[in-house]
Amino acid sequence: MVEAMENIASKKAQFLSNFLAKDTDVNSSLAKQEALKALENLEFPTTRDEYWKYTRVGKITSAKYSQIPSFKVSDISNYCIEGLETYRVVFVNGFFSEELSDISTNQGVSILPIAKARKENTDEIEQYFGKLSKHKTQFFSALNTVFNTNGVFVKIAKNSILEKPIHIINITNAESAAFNPRNLFVVEENAEVQIINSYETSSGSSFTNATTEIYVKEGAKVDSYILQNESDTSKQINEIDVLQESNTTYSATTITLNGGLVRNNHNIEVRGQGSETNLFGLYLTSGNQHIDNHTIVDHIEPNCESNEVYIGVMDDKSTAVFNGKVFVRSEAQKTNAYQQNKNMLLTDDASAYSKPELEIYADDVKCSHGSTTGQVDEEAIFYLRTRGVSEANARKMMICAFAHEILDNIKIEVLREMLEIQIDERFVLVESL
Amino acid sequence: MLRIKNLHASVDGNEILKGLNLEVKAGEVHAIMGPNGSGKSTLASVIAGKPDYEVSGDVTLNGKDLLDLAPEERAGEGVFLAFQYPVEIPGVSNVNFLKTAVNDIRAYKGLPPMAAKDFLKMLKEKQALVELDKKLTSRSVNEGFSGGEKKRNEIFQMAMLNPKLAILDETDSGLDIDALRIVANGVNKLKSADNATIIITHYQRLLDYIVPDYVHVLYDGKIIKSGTKELALELEEKGYDWLTKGVESSELKVKS
Amino acid sequence: MGKYTEDELEKELETQEYKYGFVTDIETEKAPIGLSEDIIRLISSKKNEPEWLLEYRLKAYSAWLKMEEPTWAHVNYPKVDFQDIYYYAAPKPKKQLDSLDEVDSELLEMYEKLGISIDEQKKLSNVAVDIVMDSVSVKTTFQDTLAKLGIIFGSFSEAVQKHPDLVKKYMGTIVPYTDNYYAALNAAVFTDGSFCYIPKGVRCPMELSTYFRINEAQTGQFERTLVVADKGSYCSYLEGCTAPQRDENQLHAAVVELIAMDDAEIKYSTVQNWYPGDKNGKGGIYNFVTKRGLCEKNAKISWTQVETGSAITWKYPSCILKGDNSVGEFYSVAVTNNYQQADTGTKMLHLGKNTKSTIISKGVSAGHSQNSYRGLVKISKNATNARNFSQCDSLLMGNKCGAHTFPYIEVDNKSAKVEHEATTSKIGEDQIFYCNQRGIDTESAIKLIVNGYAKDVLNKLPMEFAVEAQKLLAISLEGSVG
Repeated sequence: MVEAMENIASKKAQFLSNFLAKDTDVNSSLAKQEALKALENLEFPTTRDEYWKYTRVGKITSAKYSQIPSFKVSDISNYCIEGLETYRVVFVNGFFSEELSDISTNQGVSILPIAKARKENTDEIEQYFGKLSKHKTQFFSALNTVFNTNGVFVKIAKNSILEKPIHIINITNAESAAFNPRNLFVVEENAEVQIINSYETSSGSSFTNATTEIYVKEGAKVDSYILQNESDTSKQINEIDVLQESNTTYSATTITLNGGLVRNNHNIEVRGQGSETNLFGLYLTSGNQHIDNHTIVDHIEPNCESNEVYIGVMDDKSTAVFNGKVFVRSEAQKTNAYQQNKNMLLTDDASAYSKPELEIYADDVKCSHGSTTGQVDEEAIFYLRTRGVSEANARKMMICAFAHEILDNIKIEVLREMLEIQIDERFVLVESL
Repeated sequence: MLRIKNLHASVDGNEILKGLNLEVKAGEVHAIMGPNGSGKSTLASVIAGKPDYEVSGDVTLNGKDLLDLAPEERAGEGVFLAFQYPVEIPGVSNVNFLKTAVNDIRAYKGLPPMAAKDFLKMLKEKQALVELDKKLTSRSVNEGFSGGEKKRNEIFQMAMLNPKLAILDETDSGLDIDALRIVANGVNKLKSADNATIIITHYQRLLDYIVPDYVHVLYDGKIIKSGTKELALELEEKGYDWLTKGVESSELKVKS
Repeated sequence: MGKYTEDELEKELETQEYKYGFVTDIETEKAPIGLSEDIIRLISSKKNEPEWLLEYRLKAYSAWLKMEEPTWAHVNYPKVDFQDIYYYAAPKPKKQLDSLDEVDSELLEMYEKLGISIDEQKKLSNVAVDIVMDSVSVKTTFQDTLAKLGIIFGSFSEAVQKHPDLVKKYMGTIVPYTDNYYAALNAAVFTDGSFCYIPKGVRCPMELSTYFRINEAQTGQFERTLVVADKGSYCSYLEGCTAPQRDENQLHAAVVELIAMDDAEIKYSTVQNWYPGDKNGKGGIYNFVTKRGLCEKNAKISWTQVETGSAITWKYPSCILKGDNSVGEFYSVAVTNNYQQADTGTKMLHLGKNTKSTIISKGVSAGHSQNSYRGLVKISKNATNARNFSQCDSLLMGNKCGAHTFPYIEVDNKSAKVEHEATTSKIGEDQIFYCNQRGIDTESAIKLIVNGYAKDVLNKLPMEFAVEAQKLLAISLEGSVG
């Protein structure tokens, strides 16, 4: 027994030692101190923990990591969205790349590497940093809060409407590298912004443990896109914590095209009346991939609306998990909450785990959820074939149509078109009839 | 029988009825017409006691103040509203629903519950009266009924509950000509010297079948013109503009 | 306006009480309080059990000692003190009962009050009743009639004596004592319950029914039911439960095992009306129950439950769809009021090909209660062409209560088709107004609407129970209008 405990303790110490190198400004932050304490007490999550029921983190915690110095990327056009003009913030192996970034902004907008922002404006960062993240209870959130090296700080001043999206590009090319990107977005009253956050692997495999805090102040609108396209052996834990004040709109679309092990924790606290929350997700898995989306929408105030649709297509031996939780607190009367998860399995070796949950404490509400798991509608395939479409093409058409439902929600047209093409290409079936 | 004096009603701060007066005597049929949004359905809902409205003024039925009563007490007093959009109640059979209603109204009047045998007899009689398919009575209240079936079911319920004052709120909408005839026949057969009917409608079509003694035009929360059945024909021909324009200009005059 | 006021409600509440809350004054034989190996040996020897059963109990007990009380359910209650419970309480028999006339008159009176007069049951030809009070079965009716068909129906203890081979063969095969904390506890200390065996190809001509009653204070009830339907047979089984009104919480931890062999069908219905506690949440039964059935080829198990009682309910009647083409069904109405908490649902484990399951769950929460649906649908890798449809609706009355839905859907086969739908809303205001307009007051309107809402489930109950269940729903919603 004692031996086992010591064993666990030493494993944790070993894992944490991967991160000890970079630690420059611990002292400034209260959240960091809280997280340090939490790391002492928290263990690696296990599948006995309901929140981690379907996802094992052994692949992450038992790996050995090394800190990799920056490398040069000469051409990032592959990672940009063709035809879309954006502000650009580029991180390579976790290091901010000034020459690849374009963050010169107009008045009312700040886009800065967070490390720099922290030095220049400690008080302002401290006001927001770690107030939403789950570092007191979640191991990986605590890990990020203590060991984060850099990330993006975005502040949109009152009434400013950003004319082009902000594109944050995270590229890795290292073997066994681990990063803790930390982002903080403050969108002030009546401001509007679109943010795209891409995670790409150039080569190798890495562990990315990202945490993003987003403040959506009264009347503000945030349109957020998370694009995950890492290598088959990469691992990612991505926590996003959002606070919505009254009359705000927060929309997020998470598209996971690739990744060895991906766990997304999207937590929305709706603390104001008249607000709208939209969460969309598309995950396409293959090989031995494991993609897990956890969402929490917490309705605290009345007269709000939330919509949530997650769609997945699982191939080969892959596994997908969806766990969506909607809370409606007793004060949150007249809440409309909708939640839907649809899964399609392409093989018998693939698995889908779906857990749409409602926890409701107010009566004057309209809440519903649904979950379906199935395969391509054979009758539709037959119908298409009678019209002369080959079976392979018919299947491809049906799968793409299934996935496209999520893309239809993307407001940035070129991004939607780009993803449509990527997805269509992916399902070109090799076997011909 | 029904006396409405200076009736005001508002919902969420919007005043919809603005001092409406109306008197309906036993044995009479009144038609209330008017353009969309004039307050016709609100009037029906307010008389029946729909809780969403803030109401002031006087509404009495045979001298009894209705505004003080709960909706079920008004029903006990003999108010019946045929809903414009009858509500579906899944799982509750029409028969069970009506038995509860009939006996609750009887209890309100201090009468013992109706014997099951008598109830069934009445059920069959009234069913025949409105030519309602027997299958519909054993189905859940209005669930999966077509528009016409729902309206017919309303008149069937009216026949079962034998009200003093029946208010038909747009009962003709969504009915084809045969259904309209059946519904109208039902209403005519139920008419007596002791009861009164208020018909709320857009079109004069229904009034070909149920002939009104009086026709009122409701506009902007008030009755702006009353007349006999000829008024309905005139409205059919000329529309409402010739009446409402006058109102607007007179109001403008008042304001200036 | 003359609306139904809260004051009127309060008044009604005071007059409407749990109608089964009385205590019957009957001489009882009790084992000493608390739990130990000695108590288990005592129970076993009281029941004159064979050695293997005592061993089974002791193994279960030592397993239980190593287990922890589960905490994952959405319920909150003070820890149970397992040493403060009597594990054996039996109405003292004056002598061996040979006929109904010899049953204690107090007992007969009690059952009369419960609305299940044994005298009447004697005359009714379509229900055979086994009655379990506190720890033991007191009487079974119609045993002879059933015996002619080869059907064995009676108390568990009787079956242990008369049919030890059958009991030994099947007991614990569906719910092993290692299954969970309460199942282990039950296996260690169970005192009685019902046993039923339907032979090959026999269609049981009458409803089999067990009536469970907790009477003694501070006792726990740990009954065990085992229903074995041999190939091609059919039976419909009902259970009902009540308990006296007490300020303390009492524990009920039962185990039910069903075995439906090839082509067999078992319909299992429960009307659970254990004392729910008073309107301030004092007292009431803790109802921790493990129910599970196994379906072989082409077999079908159908669970129907109407849950209105208990302070805490923790219960997931499940189906293991092992045989190809087997079918599992779960129909549930759970009503919680005042301070009741229910965490209930089902598990459908699809192992065989072409297996089908249906889940219909209707929750109603009122007062300060918490009502959760928790269910698992698992389609395993080899369960080709499995189908599941789940519909879980919740109705809320007032904003002090909660309605929660926790479905777990696990699919490992691509040909599966699994659909889950859930809605949560308050009772329709337009529906209430429509009823009001037809002269029906709000309280009656709610009962009417809730009964309609629960219709899909109530329809699955045998006639005799359906009417009773409707009344129960109405009573448990008394005073729920705010």
